[in-house]
Amino acid sequence: MSTEPALTPAQRDDLRAVAAMIIPESAEYKVPGADDLKIQADILATLGRDTKLVREALDYLARLAAKPLADLDPAKREAVANEFRSSGGAAAATLTRVVLQCYYRDDRVLRSLGLELRPPFPQGYTLEQGDWSLLDPVKARPAMWRRVP
Amino acid sequence: MNESVDVLIIGAGASGAAVAWSLAETKMHILCLDQGGWMNPAAYPSTGRDWEARFFGDYSPSPNIRARPEDYPINDDNSPIKVVNFNGVGGSTVMYTAHFPRLHPSDFKVKTLDGVADDWPIDYDTLAPFFAENDRMMGVSGLSGDPAFPPTDPPMPPLPLGRSGAALGKAMNKLGWHWWPSDTTVATTDYEGRARCINLGHCTPACAQGAKASTDITYWPAALRAGVELRTHCRVREITTNEHGMASGVVYYDEDGVEQFQAAEVVIIACNGIGTPRLLLNSASGRFPNGLANSSGLVGKNLMFHPYAQVYGFVEEVTDSNRAPPICLWSKEFYETDLSRGFVRGYAIQFGRGVGPVFEAVMSEGKGILPWGPDHHRVFRRLNGHRLAASAICEDLPEEHNRVTLDPQLKDSHGIPAPKVDYRIGGNSVKMMEHGIARAKEVLAAAGATDICVNSPILYGGWHLLGTARMGTDPERSVVNEWGRSHDVKNLFIVDGSVFVTSGGVNPTSTIQAIALYIADQMKSRLADLFD
Repeated sequence: MSTEPALTPAQRDDLRAVAAMIIPESAEYKVPGADDLKIQADILATLGRDTKLVREALDYLARLAAKPLADLDPAKREAVANEFRSSGGAAAATLTRVVLQCYYRDDRVLRSLGLELRPPFPQGYTLEQGDWSLLDPVKARPAMWRRVP
Repeated sequence: MNESVDVLIIGAGASGAAVAWSLAETKMHILCLDQGGWMNPAAYPSTGRDWEARFFGDYSPSPNIRARPEDYPINDDNSPIKVVNFNGVGGSTVMYTAHFPRLHPSDFKVKTLDGVADDWPIDYDTLAPFFAENDRMMGVSGLSGDPAFPPTDPPMPPLPLGRSGAALGKAMNKLGWHWWPSDTTVATTDYEGRARCINLGHCTPACAQGAKASTDITYWPAALRAGVELRTHCRVREITTNEHGMASGVVYYDEDGVEQFQAAEVVIIACNGIGTPRLLLNSASGRFPNGLANSSGLVGKNLMFHPYAQVYGFVEEVTDSNRAPPICLWSKEFYETDLSRGFVRGYAIQFGRGVGPVFEAVMSEGKGILPWGPDHHRVFRRLNGHRLAASAICEDLPEEHNRVTLDPQLKDSHGIPAPKVDYRIGGNSVKMMEHGIARAKEVLAAAGATDICVNSPILYGGWHLLGTARMGTDPERSVVNEWGRSHDVKNLFIVDGSVFVTSGGVNPTSTIQAIALYIADQMKSRLADLFD
């Protein structure tokens, strides 16, 4: 098993910078940004089969920025991000998805959303029956399936 | 040297399991080979905190993305709809939504009724007892009395309406359109050793509770108890034939990758609409140079997918989202032909309850309705847990240019040529999808939804793999006869979705399994002269 880090230090810095652009910290909702160290650690630990495309995305981002993303002024950084989203294809989409899937399983984020900090199994959830009288007008309809000769 | 068997079944999925169970009562020596293994529910995605992320990886519905050792690659570059399936004991019933409608009576007579495609050589009434038997074996939850369908008697009550179902039902009532709780193989009560649904929500990529029927937990335990042998991690390369033009057995690779020969008196293929033509084409020989059972030239042709046109939006009230099975309601309002709509045949509408937070974030960001930056949080809270969805599942008419062939370069891990799919959506289907999108938007508008988004077709929506070894009475226009036997090879049977003549506009698993039980019944009743 390879012990080589999935991303170079420069790539990790850019990943962190772009993650903060996707989801910045919010005091209003009391949630970290996606550049949070714990979330970044989750991303790096679980890149797995997405590593290749994420590397491609970060290489493309580096070419667009021509310097570390964090060093760009805000306007330029925004322009690079827009170009990355519009022309980055599957690689950019994968990077974005990887950030989102780790962010939206973080305890602090789920707590802010009012969601439980657990997998679905084994507890499951309760599904209310709903108002079955809504079906009454449909039940009253005559048979509508097409007869065959 | 493997001992010869009476019946060899290739594939342990929806149809292979059903046919194995039904034939078991004959006490013949029945062996099933499957390229995958037994599933481990303790490792299913819903058991872990990364339950949504795994849908994009090792539990992706696409075999090309999932790439488990059991999977084989599929070249679907030349198709706007990508093939999705699952390989292992249970097949794609391990990874399906458990939506369980039946084909309608009219679906079997499209030529007679509408002048398109071909009639089936069998009809709904022929299959009716096998539908009922399959409902009992798989365990169907549903509600009798749907005015859009002949009477049925599901053994379990339907899934609750929930918040999403109630919101959608109200909207449909405003429009005066038909709707009904969907039949599903999600158990709503404890049933035949299966625990009832506890609303894990993430049903499609396998059910850790065992409430969703997959054949590894329904048919297979019964078939094994009855004496059927199931050999796993065995990938069949080709069906061999003898000097009489009869199937003599198969060549397969065992779990250790060692080539084996298995002799059999009868061979049954249950690999569905991609795997079955692939196997027949890979079984070409001097006797059958164009592929086995292919004198008609139709093996691999007439592939039908069911193009899905999906529309979704967001309402102010909270929906069920991921806290319930995705299966909810169906509508057959636009199922039967009405030429004033500009197309023949029709579609069902499937309604969904919503998704989990990761899916919501990924899909909404991809659609451009969830922004990057400071406003992300506010918008996400408005979207997450507020989604309602409607999908038109459109009848796909058979067209010979939609086909499965062998890829000249791509091979699986055993070096067996992989399938190549060439498919385009037909003009009739395009009109149907446009109609479905417009109607779905009306429903969502009636429900008060905003931020309406469309996926048409659903890219990774090639669940239903039909028509590539069609059934018929004319050997020049079909691959198997009206009871599933190859016209060309008298001891070769096909029992999966590839025998469909037309697709209907509903999920096909129920009909596939009813056909498998029907063919098994035909075989049992003809044992004395099965090869005549």
